[in-house]
Amino acid sequence: MAARKYSEQNENMRVIKSNSSIFDVDKASMATQQLQPETWVDSYADYLFNYAVARVNDSEIAKDLVQETFFAGLNSAKNYKGDAAERTWLIAILKRKVIDHYRKINSKKGKAEVRMSYSAGSEAEGDWMEEQVADPFSNFENDAIENEELGLAIQGCISKLPKKQSLVFTMKTIRGMSTEDICNELDINPSNLWVMIHRARTSLMGCLNQNWF
Amino acid sequence: MMISCEKAALICNKTQYREATFMEKIKLRMHLLMCKTCSAFTKKNTELTALCEKANLHSLSEGEKIKMKQQLEEKI
Repeated sequence: MAARKYSEQNENMRVIKSNSSIFDVDKASMATQQLQPETWVDSYADYLFNYAVARVNDSEIAKDLVQETFFAGLNSAKNYKGDAAERTWLIAILKRKVIDHYRKINSKKGKAEVRMSYSAGSEAEGDWMEEQVADPFSNFENDAIENEELGLAIQGCISKLPKKQSLVFTMKTIRGMSTEDICNELDINPSNLWVMIHRARTSLMGCLNQNWF
Repeated sequence: MMISCEKAALICNKTQYREATFMEKIKLRMHLLMCKTCSAFTKKNTELTALCEKANLHSLSEGEKIKMKQQLEEKI
């Protein structure tokens, strides 16, 4: 019985799949907005990863969220109407994944409780409500928001670079690898590397020019 | 002591990653005194470095990306 049900389900899946492939061909012939999951990792992984790290503060969790986002995107690819850019669409999914993540870690018993204490472990009494009021002159929050936007802007510009240049630039600037290591890994010589760095930096200056300089 | 603009740009890029030698830096300084274009480039290049540092960027390593790609391809 169970087996039959399973095969039925499989059959249904196949029908859906074949339908969607017909649909894809249709879309391809229109040659407008369509999803290209093969290019997702190369084009958007770092962008989404930055977005996620800024929100969950943990690179492992962020990595998983990005991966889940790609899977979810693949599963609901047929719901993609093409009226938003691929990246915007994926960010929208990732946003839900981040919310789900917080919901999950907070649903464990007792974690949802709001606990307030003056300073943990001490008997000190004080006007703690007053002390917790936000400082109206603090720039900290604004800076944090601005820096995150800056990060996404830079990441967006990096993803527009040719593949090799973005790779070299990321390894050198973001991961801070030494010239020697990069040359060994990519099998290029140093002068080659500096030429690519130069081109990447020049394009980035142009790309960021409108908003950030 | 005289260097070309290409050489100056190369040293400038190296400086962004703290890889220029002392001699190179002096040569670059000398060049910047004479060359407006390179001065402007150096200024912008330094700004770009500052922006990149401020943005606190993160990225996945190539290995992680390849793994992600494989897992994704299995599902396509």
